[in-house]
Amino acid sequence: MNAENIAKPRVVVKDLNFFYGKYRALKDINLDIAEKKVTAFIGPSGCGKSTLLRTFNRMYQLYPQQTATGSIMLDGDNILDKHQDLNKLRAKVGMVFQKPTPFPMSIYDNIAFGVKLYHNLSKNDMDERVEWALKKAALWGEVKDKLKQSGMGLSGGQQQRLCIARAIAVKPEVLLLDEPTSALDPISTAHIEKLIDELKEDFTIVIVTHNMQQAARVSDYTAYMYLGDLIEFGDTSTVFTNPVRKETEDYITGRFG
Amino acid sequence: MSMFSHEARLKRQSIFDALFRNLTRLAAFGVLALLAAILASLVMGSMPAIHAFGFGFLTSSEWDPVNDKFGALIPIVGTLITSVIALVIAIPVSFGIALFLTELSPRVLRRPLGVAIELLAGIPSIIYGMWGLFVFAPLFADHVEPWLNQHIGTLPYIGPFFSGPPMGIGILTASIILAIMVIPFIASVMRDVFDVVPTMLKESAYGLGSTTWEVMLSIVLPYTKVGVAGGIMLGLGRALGETMAVTFVIGNSHELTKSLLNPGNSISSALANEFTEAFGELYTASLIELGLILFFITFVVLSLARYMLYKLGQREGKAA
Repeated sequence: MNAENIAKPRVVVKDLNFFYGKYRALKDINLDIAEKKVTAFIGPSGCGKSTLLRTFNRMYQLYPQQTATGSIMLDGDNILDKHQDLNKLRAKVGMVFQKPTPFPMSIYDNIAFGVKLYHNLSKNDMDERVEWALKKAALWGEVKDKLKQSGMGLSGGQQQRLCIARAIAVKPEVLLLDEPTSALDPISTAHIEKLIDELKEDFTIVIVTHNMQQAARVSDYTAYMYLGDLIEFGDTSTVFTNPVRKETEDYITGRFG
Repeated sequence: MSMFSHEARLKRQSIFDALFRNLTRLAAFGVLALLAAILASLVMGSMPAIHAFGFGFLTSSEWDPVNDKFGALIPIVGTLITSVIALVIAIPVSFGIALFLTELSPRVLRRPLGVAIELLAGIPSIIYGMWGLFVFAPLFADHVEPWLNQHIGTLPYIGPFFSGPPMGIGILTASIILAIMVIPFIASVMRDVFDVVPTMLKESAYGLGSTTWEVMLSIVLPYTKVGVAGGIMLGLGRALGETMAVTFVIGNSHELTKSLLNPGNSISSALANEFTEAFGELYTASLIELGLILFFITFVVLSLARYMLYKLGQREGKAA
């Protein structure tokens, strides 16, 4: 099931199991995430795709009942190792959520917030970094005259691009997108999808999406999950046009899910 | 036939609606009228004192019932100082309690601790007063005040505030009792507003690598600042007006001293203590004027707080 054709895996997931208390939400997951490509996780609600994503930055750590076993290797380190420095990990693995989550501060400070946690930049360097991140997130033109205004005053689509800018401002290696367009209108969604395409030049991207067309449009690799199992994983074009498994075909053709 | 009864029902409904609307309006304006009536009777009652002393009433520290000379400075200062010290102690402690309850506490402890805090808020103030007088004040006099005298009382600048006879009863004791009394209020409001911060917002900050402390300070607190300020104002309102507990431990002395260990007085304890024994028009009127001043202080403090929040919102660019 491992896509053998992934030449340069950036993240290697091996025998990953995940538990909410006693409930086993992920079952022996094995997959590789390709460097500077977009990998999409699709599947019906409750299949474990978000859960899988949240193991990559150990977000589950906030909740004492949740545990993971197995290994997720990034740069020769096991992310799941209990000695893993969470701050360093989260500097390397950024995340964007289902709904825009601008912090209650100015647009500038939203971007600077994460950077300040890791680097002590001068005012000039910080200005440059903020501009760089906003340009990368295709938001600079719209906000460059109101950097001092609250990030909460932007439109939904702008807020989500602000969140993407905030995540990439710390220059992560991996960017996790958890249904990043599920709360947005079609035009904002198109903006974000275009952005994802541009961002994969610099970042390894993993996206969870409910929308199969979106997965087909933006991703290079697709993983179909169902009830905690990884059913099929491979080239997006193969998975969508010529799936190996019957379950995958049923799901993507809309006969199920 | 059915048409007819339908119309009748509509008419009945519109009459009932009008009645209901006017009833609620009456209730709402009743509150305003009540406020105006209280204010008016306070002003009328204090007229003799206002005529006799004018604005000097606010700045005079004399309180001499025998010679009919009255000044409000000592109770005003006592009220403000005890409330401010109480808040200085209560705010960080409440923040800690709320932070622990919402972010750090194991799930099984959350409910019992939360209920305990709410129970603390329900204890009648006279019980705090008795406990303060019989238990806390002696302990404070024996163990804390001598230490304060020796170690802080000798420092330059702040020393004079902490040196004085270790009697246990005084401004500082009253402030601490007040702090204990307002902590449950502030803490439970803070906990409630912290609880409504979207999980995703906190996770976004954690996702950038923030520590719990950074998330609380930079995300949760700014996000909930209106609610937090509301909780603090609730505490301040209670501290300013608290009567029984303060009366027990503040010492009720009309003397102006620098030391926080000395007895003092607050507006509400002066009223509670002296109203029954006030003889003569001027004495009574002076006490009523004290009440008017307390009313005014509370009003000004609450208005200032609202204005501050408004300015804060503006600076963040919400209005721009």
